[in-house]
Amino acid sequence: MQIDLSSHIVKVYLTLKVENAGSTPTSEVLLSFPPTQADHLATVEALVTKGKRKKTTLVRLDVKPTELPDAPNDAKYFTIYLANPLKSGESATIEVLYLLTHSQEPFPAEIAQSESQLVYYRDSAWILSPYHIKQQTTFIKTPSTKVESFTRVEPSNRAGTEIKYGPYEDHLPYSFSPILIHFENNSPFAVVEELVREVEISHWGNLQVTEQYTLVHAGARHKGVFSRVDYQSRPTLNGASSLRYLLARLPPRVHSVYYRDEIGNISSSHLRTDSRKSELEIEPRYPLFGGWKATFVIGYGLPLQDFLFETSDDRRYLNFTFGCPLLETVVDKLTVKVVLPEGSKDPSAVVPFPVEQHLETKYSYLDVVGRTVVVMEKKNLVPTHNSHFQVYYTFKPIFMFAEPLMLASAFFLFFVACVAYLHIDLSIRK
Amino acid sequence: MSNSSTSDLLKPFKLKTKQQELLIRVSILCLVYILAFITRLFSVLRYESMIHEFDPYFNYRTTLYLTQHGFYDFWNWFDYESWYPLGRIVGGTLYPGLMVTAALIYRLLHFLRFAVHIREVCVLTAPFFASNTTLVAYFFGKEIWDSGAGLVAAILIAVCPGYISRSVAGSYDNEGVAIFALLFTFYLFVKAVNTGSLAWGLASAFGYFYMVSAWGGYVFIINLIPLYVLVLLITGRYSMRLYVAYNCMYILGMLLAMQIRFVGFQHVQSGEHMAAMGVFFLMQVFYFLDWVKHMLSDTKLFQEFLRITVTCAIAAGGIALGVGMASGYISPWTGRFYSLLDPTYAKDHIPIIASVSEHQPTAWSSFMFDFHILLFLFPAGLYFCFKRLSDATIFIVMYGLTSMYFAGVMVRLILVATPAVCLISAIAVSATVKNLTVLLRSKNKVAQIGSTKGTSSAKASSKASLDQSQPFQKNGAMALLFGAFYLLSRYATHCTWVTSEAYSSPSIVLAARGAHGNRVIFDDYREAYFWLWQNTPPDAKVMSWWDYGYQITAMGNRTVIVDNNTWNNTHIATVGRAMSSYEDEAYEIIRSLDVDYVLVVFGGVTGYSSDDINKFLWMVRIGGGVFPVIKEPDYLVNGEYRIDKGAAPKMLNCLMYKLSYYRFGEMMTEYGKPPGYDRARGVEIGNKNIKLEHLEEAFTTSNWIVRIYKVKPPNNRW
Repeated sequence: MQIDLSSHIVKVYLTLKVENAGSTPTSEVLLSFPPTQADHLATVEALVTKGKRKKTTLVRLDVKPTELPDAPNDAKYFTIYLANPLKSGESATIEVLYLLTHSQEPFPAEIAQSESQLVYYRDSAWILSPYHIKQQTTFIKTPSTKVESFTRVEPSNRAGTEIKYGPYEDHLPYSFSPILIHFENNSPFAVVEELVREVEISHWGNLQVTEQYTLVHAGARHKGVFSRVDYQSRPTLNGASSLRYLLARLPPRVHSVYYRDEIGNISSSHLRTDSRKSELEIEPRYPLFGGWKATFVIGYGLPLQDFLFETSDDRRYLNFTFGCPLLETVVDKLTVKVVLPEGSKDPSAVVPFPVEQHLETKYSYLDVVGRTVVVMEKKNLVPTHNSHFQVYYTFKPIFMFAEPLMLASAFFLFFVACVAYLHIDLSIRK
Repeated sequence: MSNSSTSDLLKPFKLKTKQQELLIRVSILCLVYILAFITRLFSVLRYESMIHEFDPYFNYRTTLYLTQHGFYDFWNWFDYESWYPLGRIVGGTLYPGLMVTAALIYRLLHFLRFAVHIREVCVLTAPFFASNTTLVAYFFGKEIWDSGAGLVAAILIAVCPGYISRSVAGSYDNEGVAIFALLFTFYLFVKAVNTGSLAWGLASAFGYFYMVSAWGGYVFIINLIPLYVLVLLITGRYSMRLYVAYNCMYILGMLLAMQIRFVGFQHVQSGEHMAAMGVFFLMQVFYFLDWVKHMLSDTKLFQEFLRITVTCAIAAGGIALGVGMASGYISPWTGRFYSLLDPTYAKDHIPIIASVSEHQPTAWSSFMFDFHILLFLFPAGLYFCFKRLSDATIFIVMYGLTSMYFAGVMVRLILVATPAVCLISAIAVSATVKNLTVLLRSKNKVAQIGSTKGTSSAKASSKASLDQSQPFQKNGAMALLFGAFYLLSRYATHCTWVTSEAYSSPSIVLAARGAHGNRVIFDDYREAYFWLWQNTPPDAKVMSWWDYGYQITAMGNRTVIVDNNTWNNTHIATVGRAMSSYEDEAYEIIRSLDVDYVLVVFGGVTGYSSDDINKFLWMVRIGGGVFPVIKEPDYLVNGEYRIDKGAAPKMLNCLMYKLSYYRFGEMMTEYGKPPGYDRARGVEIGNKNIKLEHLEEAFTTSNWIVRIYKVKPPNNRW
């Protein structure tokens, strides 16, 4: 087991070697989490390696949350479904990756500008497991060598940025040994409290994306003064944990990018584009210290042909990334709105993970009946959620011409009215 | 053959001369309309679509409120976020015309399914109305002279810097629509006087109503029109047309104006509006006398009657005015009105008016800057007007002369003079060019036909016959014509240059040239305001000098103590006193005002000169005007304002100085200069060791332009 604490998202890699000690073949492996961890669990993935030696390929396995009636202390379960049932006595190696958000608690909870940020991380020396554990070793990687304290569960030792727990032998199911690590983590705790992404499809060849962020620095709260002198003259010592800039990875061929907030354009941003990706580096109006907030909007246009495709049965679908384009950020609540062109019918969305969905109507320029909006909501997202989703709908191209025709006829009527006015004598007196 | 067939084909499309003229006129007007709009878009292209300056932020905020909550709520809005702890009844203390106009445009666009943001509507309101003003100028010019003068007037006013200064995209201020309303009212009134039509009189009353709803400058109309009527009466130009126009306009306009809560009953109660009422009664007396004269055939009897009536009328009017003034029913003239009539009044009595740069008397250079050649064409136009005196030209002459006087008193009133100057100059240009072309054309005819009798006008032909003896006349006319066009083209160039260089910066975002010639943007104001919005408690109270009040409420969304609506001088003086006191004294005042944050603007790092230290003497003066504890000489050394080592001790230790220069002494601003070198004033500061006891630095923007301090809670007693 490896726990990576170098950013504010906790990454846990489990390499499980499971053995079927029972008599019947089984294809399910249970993972269990204590309830405190389960609340912060953003994603669980399981992989299995296939093939011999060099030609290994990773195959993704299905993971689903499961309720068990006799769970001790409200433990939460996830079931991994193996591709091939495990026969009695056989063993298999499964790679599990899960990410935890909001799991590092700043302590002290308030720091001044010149102090660095210390956090607590709580876990168990060995994993909570409904099975018997034969042997386990836990490696914990900290962002720097500065570790204030850590719980000793022998054998445990620390070397550099790594703390090693174990190896431990033979533990009973559901056994638990709490550990607490107090260490320095100056990576900014960038948390997007709410993100609304609106993807608007125009069949005239453009895909307009508008993203509204509510960004907060979720680390230790800033206390007392903010001194610009210190911040400018000694940036590494002062405000080490502050959030200075963010990097957003946008699709290639992005155009008309803007970055603004309620009171206008924010001039501190840079866009770098190449053929494979575009990177937008944005600086908030002010450096974010712990507890400080900033709201802003990023918008950009994309060529439609890169994202809109047609199925064989004459339906169209949009293929777009779901998550937040900012790197190393946690999104507490994400709403993705796909605005379909006016006149499109039968929308349906396909998302690789469970989301809440509903439909809305939006009126934009020259809309008469309104555009159908597919709204998808999900809570607690991490960058690994940046997978693609699809929205299918049917659309007749004739609708594309409705709005230009409307405009043209309005102008035509106007000119006809002018001509009529010039040629008709409306005066009462003759 | 082919030639004739094509001409046959084109025959149905061939226009008559009159139609051609109409076509040219309409297309010129369309082009001018577009030109007036696009020449005001420099700031949008160079910066962004944003609201400029100070007051427009309040207008924007109220418009936002209007569109979100509807008219009824807007009308009854009590704003807790300004003038803490007094608050402000917004509906009753503003001219709603601008906001209602913008909201209506917004509603209309949304009804037509144009999903624009209200901010874009607000930004583009002023250019849109400037375009409309050009149309009004055309019709006005046509009314007072001819359509040629109208066209020239439209072109001149479309690009005149005096008007552009207040109507670029983003300057969302009352003046933007008010100049349109002003000119429109005048046009309708002149039209009513010329036609004697009740319909035009009614229209001018509505125009006046719109003007009253849009800007306090309506007082100019309500005084100019009676003055004009008076002049007509004196010069013996009284007519039934005038009677109908003025009475209809005055009575209906007054009743309509009373619907605006901010104006209320001022039309019958305030001294500034009494002239209009007096002229109204005078008009009735005139009418009555006219009638009596008509009835009485005996002139001697009438003379007697005239004397008695006039004496009685004047006595009655005088007594009514005296009783009204004495009983307090009619309020005396306000200080603002006095300061208009007497340029030195504000400086002595109302420092808060004198402290605003745009209320200063106008320098000659700014006349030249804003009017350019119009300044020379104006007297020429007056000459033409006097040469062809009519009711309409008398009006434009009076408008021109009075507004020029006011323009001399206050810089910002150049705006009011601009339409008059443009119209009168247009008359000069149009008349000159017309005369010259007539000369040229008749000469040609002379050469072609060989007859001294020109076919155009009798005047022109007589002129031609007169001038035939002069050999270089045609060439002279040509040269003059080219000269005129050269001047006009210089004017256009100048206007474009002024617009792009001087009047198109939003003053929220500052731009400067960097060391390598690149453009550096200082966006510190918004940085600070947005910081306030996001990172302070929603009910935090911010104290700053009143200039920034509207911006803090609009962009920072926080409560302010004083703002740009300077209605309560004592409150502003309290803030001025706090800023100019020692820290512990100031702390008492700050505590009593329940202030959480103090915001100062400081340009010492960037060399930004309109900061609080440069405004500080006004704070002292305004504070000292109410609280005699604050004395201006305490802050000066031998009458000199200094901030370096030789500065007055009180200056070096007052709150404003401390807040501006806190920890500035450690800062290297310029290579080769000592730390703590103030670039805005070019000196090294005098007090580098500043300790703050009751306040702490909460935020300073990246270029130090805005500094925000948090007020510490009082120390525990144990």
